[in-house]
Amino acid sequence: MISDNSVIVVGGGHNGLVCAAYLAKAGRKVTVLEAGEQVGGLAATREFAPGFRASCAHLLYLLDAEISRELGLQSHGLEMASDGLRTIALAEDGQNLVIGSDNLDGAGLGDEDRAAWREYRRFMSKFAAVIGGLHNQVPPRIRQERGDLVALGKLALKIRMLGRDDMREFLRIAGINIYDVLQENFENPLLKGALSLDAVLGANSGPRSNNSVFTALHRMSGTGGHGTGAVALPIGGLGSVAEALAAAARQAGAEIRTGAAVERILTDGDRVGGVRLAGGEELAAATVVSNADPKTTILDLLGARHVEAGFAQRIVNFRARGNAAKLHLALDGLPEFRGVSAEQAGDRMVIAPTMEYVERAFNHSKYGEYSAQPVAEIIIPTVRDPGLAPAGKHVLSAVVQYAPRNLKQGWPEGKTAFTEVVMGLLARYAPAIREQTLAAELLTPEDIEREFRSAGGHWHHGELSLDQFLMLRPVPKAAQYRMPVEGLFLCGAGTHPGGGVMGSAGRNAARAVLAN
Amino acid sequence: MAFNRPDSNRRDHFTDAVFPSPFHARQNAHNQMRVWSRWSDYLSVPAYWCAEMEYFAGRNTCGVFDLTPMVKHRISGPDALPYMQRLMTRDVSKIKPGRVGYSVWCDDNGQVIDDGTIFHLEEGVYRICSQEHQIDWFLTNRLGFDVTVTEETHDVASLALQGPTSCAVLKDMGLGGIEQLTPFGMAWFDFEGTRLMVSRNGYTGDLGYELWIDPEHAEALWDRLFDAGEVRGIRAMGSDALDMLRIEAGFILAGQDFLPAMEAVRAGHTRSPFELGLAWLVHFDKGVFNGRAALLEEKEKGSRYRLVKLDIDGNKPARDSFVFTKDEKYAGTVTSAMWSPSAKASIALASLEMPHGEPGEELLVEIYYRRELKWNRVMAPARVVKDVFWDPPRRRQTPPADF
Ligand SMILES: Cc1cc2nc3c(=O)[nH]c(=O)nc-3n(C[C@H](O)[C@H](O)[C@H](O)COP(=O)(O)OP(=O)(O)OC[C@H]3O[C@@H](n4cnc5c(N)ncnc54)[C@H](O)[C@@H]3O)c2cc1C
Repeated sequence: MISDNSVIVVGGGHNGLVCAAYLAKAGRKVTVLEAGEQVGGLAATREFAPGFRASCAHLLYLLDAEISRELGLQSHGLEMASDGLRTIALAEDGQNLVIGSDNLDGAGLGDEDRAAWREYRRFMSKFAAVIGGLHNQVPPRIRQERGDLVALGKLALKIRMLGRDDMREFLRIAGINIYDVLQENFENPLLKGALSLDAVLGANSGPRSNNSVFTALHRMSGTGGHGTGAVALPIGGLGSVAEALAAAARQAGAEIRTGAAVERILTDGDRVGGVRLAGGEELAAATVVSNADPKTTILDLLGARHVEAGFAQRIVNFRARGNAAKLHLALDGLPEFRGVSAEQAGDRMVIAPTMEYVERAFNHSKYGEYSAQPVAEIIIPTVRDPGLAPAGKHVLSAVVQYAPRNLKQGWPEGKTAFTEVVMGLLARYAPAIREQTLAAELLTPEDIEREFRSAGGHWHHGELSLDQFLMLRPVPKAAQYRMPVEGLFLCGAGTHPGGGVMGSAGRNAARAVLAN
Repeated sequence: MAFNRPDSNRRDHFTDAVFPSPFHARQNAHNQMRVWSRWSDYLSVPAYWCAEMEYFAGRNTCGVFDLTPMVKHRISGPDALPYMQRLMTRDVSKIKPGRVGYSVWCDDNGQVIDDGTIFHLEEGVYRICSQEHQIDWFLTNRLGFDVTVTEETHDVASLALQGPTSCAVLKDMGLGGIEQLTPFGMAWFDFEGTRLMVSRNGYTGDLGYELWIDPEHAEALWDRLFDAGEVRGIRAMGSDALDMLRIEAGFILAGQDFLPAMEAVRAGHTRSPFELGLAWLVHFDKGVFNGRAALLEEKEKGSRYRLVKLDIDGNKPARDSFVFTKDEKYAGTVTSAMWSPSAKASIALASLEMPHGEPGEELLVEIYYRRELKWNRVMAPARVVKDVFWDPPRRRQTPPADF
């Protein structure tokens, strides 16, 4: 006999842990089953070379402040090495730009660009707050029911409250591309290049793809209390967020098992009955919440036959093809990037010299090729958090794009060559990088898919776009975290409000479970 | 015209326009009107010489109708039954090998995509016949199942033999034991070196059979039937006659009595099984199937429409008519109508808005008709009736009486 109180959370990514913590706090009997050897999923801090550690997701800018407070993450050990990283837009000749939260420095910057920067920050932050305001709610359904209509009304009101001019501007740009918006506002090519990168990191798009303003806003939509878009670096990498969440969940009474891969979500007639682990062990539960991505959950773990065909097809059609790779280097010493001071080496560096460069980098991926000249978001976390490497040594952690999930030549073949391309790219900005490299790990979307069990290896478990957002995420009729099989829920990045280490999906899902 | 057998699984076969049926040469010989129509991928005959006379053959002797254009699919493989269970609204496990069953299938909104007959050919092998091409939907449904789904429309020639003398004709043709075949049963016979499958079912509400054979033997089958049937009034029957027979029997037609869900653009134009009077085909106790959640909700909240049978005063066919309440408020529309020679009544199938359509309800049907080139309009009183207009006991008798 299963107690109605029991909940199994499949996956101990940060969203699964948030969900588990809230459910345990509400008195549910929660068991988290994580396939990996540690919790955190894409945000886990792993050892990639002996003595060197890094997390796949490497910067914290979306974590929800309320969740952080409610779960007491600080008291569970979460501490920031820095919470205001600047962005250094790298130029090959070292004439870099430094982009802070409200100031801009660098050679060749006109006063107009500086003024435009303040205005751009102002309206983008304001618009991002509209999107951020939606993060902590279960998306309304498009139905004639009171609760849904009220929620839709609130959204309309929020947009209206922007004021007439800003509302018009919001509605004008929300669905278009960042290239046009940056082109309208700025002159400096390097500035535009760097800002355009923010719009396409983790996305299957280039600056000229529509929807890229939306992804830029999403990235800035954090309610983290460090200011919109502020970028933080936790001590111990992003895995520390997961560890603190796990501690909070355990304290609330949740049991967390690692090395426990769920092979099947079991059904009992019409409803979910529990799970079966890879070893054959079966666990019963009245509620199963899956932190795995929607495709893995429905098509692999549950099985398409347990849902209606139209629904299964919508899940198949959910666009989830990763286009970002992750590079981890174990370095003998601190690398010298041209024009970057030792103090700046601890900031966020980007290689995106012009918007056209970024767009060209994206072009390749449309045809199943990796970029000949990739873009990159680079940090050297060990500058501010030396504990991630042996004394005197350093870690370089870089998101590198574009590396399409379905590489024409296949990733096993393409990986060595692409690693070479990426090292060549870095060497143009940090000439001694190859000599300093002791070990390198490149995670392609295929590696990410395998290692983190996320179909497509996508940053957000599935493209974050207007047609896959809010009541449309992951697919219509499943956007309230509840799956069509009674007792089955989703709580990961594939649900509203998407990926990034935020926690809102996990908490919203917990609410949906409790409301059931 | 030579019969070139098209390839069922060539997905672009429709680019070849329209095919002659494997019975074409024989149909041509009977087709005094020289009129052909298109049914799916094939040429079909609306009426060979007189639709009414062909209808009477169906009711009084027997008529032969070329069923080949009916779209046919084959489902096989280890998961054939679970696949069928998820696809169909009814409990397919109740259709044992060698048995035939009628069913509908729905989309996720519980709206009927099409209706058709399921033939459980052998353990784990099903044939689904449908009015519309369904291969895309059936292939979509494969995900998660170990099944093979193919279309076999062009690989099987088939005839319907319907009417009171049909059993006797088959017996005379040499199909020993055919009289033992129960309704919705199937039997196989050796036929000139090939296998002939006979199923006892049809679309006329009367005693009748369907014959299934490979296209190479189509003409031989036709000839043997007509040789054996000569003394029992056998007649080639066109689609016009079949349409009359099926309306009397209360059978619905996709594209006529309901809009197939895949063709609908506007919300509210499709129908659920409940709204077509097919609640008996919906089995909620068999686990998930397409449309289940929506149909459960509909069952709880109520349907929007009801398909009913109308008995209309007078003798003017109520084709395409509006249906009103006694106080002339809109209630729905007629979907199929005719003067029924067997019931001696003007009859119709109509889709009414709820709550209309309880048996016994009195309504008005607005009929336009022309007499000597002059248009007239009548508001004919009509009643909702419960029973179909034609349902003779011989339809179910085994063995059938020898006519
Ligand atoms: C290259 C890259 C860089 C990124 N950089 C950043 C960044 O800098 N900042 C940021 O905020 N975000 C970043 N992201 C996005 C972010 O990492 C993710 O959106 C987020 O971590 C998703 O969290 P989650 O809990 O929803 O899912 P996940 O972290 O994917 O967790 C899902 C968990 O479920 C487990 N699981 C799956 N299937 C099973 C099963 N069958 N049985 C048991 N367990 C299972 C997995 O092992 C995994 O631990 C990045 C993503 C990528 C790919």
